[in-house]
Amino acid sequence: MVVKVYGPIKAACPQRVLACLLELGVDFELIGVDLDSNEHKQPGFLQKQPFGQVPVVEDEDFRLFESRAIIRYYATKYGDKNRKLYGTTLEEKALVDQWLEVEAHHFNDMVYTIVLQKLVIPKMGGKTDHDLVQNCEKKLEQVFDIYEQRLSKSSHLAGDWFTLADLSHLPGIRYLVNECELSHMVRDRKNVNLWWNDISNRPAWKKVMQLFHELS
Amino acid sequence: MATPVKVYGPPLSTAVSRVLVCLLEKDVPFQLVPVSMAKMEHKKPDYIKMQPFGQVPAFQDDDITLFESRAICRYIAEKYPNKGTMSLFGTNPLVKASMDQWLEAESQSFIPPSSVLAFQIVFAPRMKLKQDEALIKQNEAKLVKVLDVYENRLGSSQYLAGDEFTLADLSHLPNTQFLVEKTNRAELFTSRKNVSRWWSEISTRPAWKKVVEMQNA
Repeated sequence: MVVKVYGPIKAACPQRVLACLLELGVDFELIGVDLDSNEHKQPGFLQKQPFGQVPVVEDEDFRLFESRAIIRYYATKYGDKNRKLYGTTLEEKALVDQWLEVEAHHFNDMVYTIVLQKLVIPKMGGKTDHDLVQNCEKKLEQVFDIYEQRLSKSSHLAGDWFTLADLSHLPGIRYLVNECELSHMVRDRKNVNLWWNDISNRPAWKKVMQLFHELS
Repeated sequence: MATPVKVYGPPLSTAVSRVLVCLLEKDVPFQLVPVSMAKMEHKKPDYIKMQPFGQVPAFQDDDITLFESRAICRYIAEKYPNKGTMSLFGTNPLVKASMDQWLEAESQSFIPPSSVLAFQIVFAPRMKLKQDEALIKQNEAKLVKVLDVYENRLGSSQYLAGDEFTLADLSHLPNTQFLVEKTNRAELFTSRKNVSRWWSEISTRPAWKKVVEMQNA
């Protein structure tokens, strides 16, 4: 039975889950959820995901939400398919968890606000708070400075190989270098640029992008 | 005998106390190294080497230096599976997944509004800063929605991830302690039957009571 992933391909969090499943070669069925018509806030969806957010996965009798919990679960379950994705030792795993937390808090909070203000709010007829955007961009530059330092010591965030910590950044950086027109944040930093080129050219992520273009 | 692990930061900090209660639940001896935020010690080069974002806590044991409190808690819980509270990291893969799910929900949905409320109501007056009433109202509304979800969940489950206490419950202790004990917003929690029952159980655990003592010292 294939894993069912509920959520639109255009949203960051479902992309995070799909990238992970594709890295592991786990078959899935993507079931769209129409955010524009508030499908995610309807009773039927709230039964699956009580916070009214995407994605949620269903795997036989098991249901799970929160994309970073989902990727941890599958990387553990199918660890034999890619041992390095979540670390092979306790210490390696701890570093993956550490940088996953960094992505979830320091990085994601800024990207989320920038995307909301620059893309979503104008689309809904509202006004962008430019001061807030400028503030977030400044903080994001500081985060990328820390990444630049880190990536001068190892090729990827948690060590010298691709892990969930790097994977988790793919959807957010995609937004930054495309619709948000902030690609300079990546391109202006030698190590971050090398890292982004590496992780965004992985076959699994390219497949997510293929689906993104097919289904959008 | 291994050297006690080191935790850097003040016990009143949400993230530091999250790590302390985890170490106490797991009976792992530790040394708390003070970091004076007032003197900006967390922004000095020696500290930044351990924690590049200049935040507390940082953690060191014989094998690793780590930051991000939930990553530290996961490491401790997995490193010492047979010490102290054994259910902390989930007793099987499905419970662990459920624990991860509610730990993410805590960090993404519970922490933002509860942190704003704790800061605005508890700390802003202490720092002689003006409270932002609109921000308080906005975040109270957000927190109410989250607590409604918890109320429903805890009606069919003893703890968030299942029948046993895990990191998902533990992670809520610091901010809930502030809001229930140090503000007049306790009723957000106590007026909800299942949330109130859950709070009563988790907050009276000996490990958390010890952390509260450390905070009040």
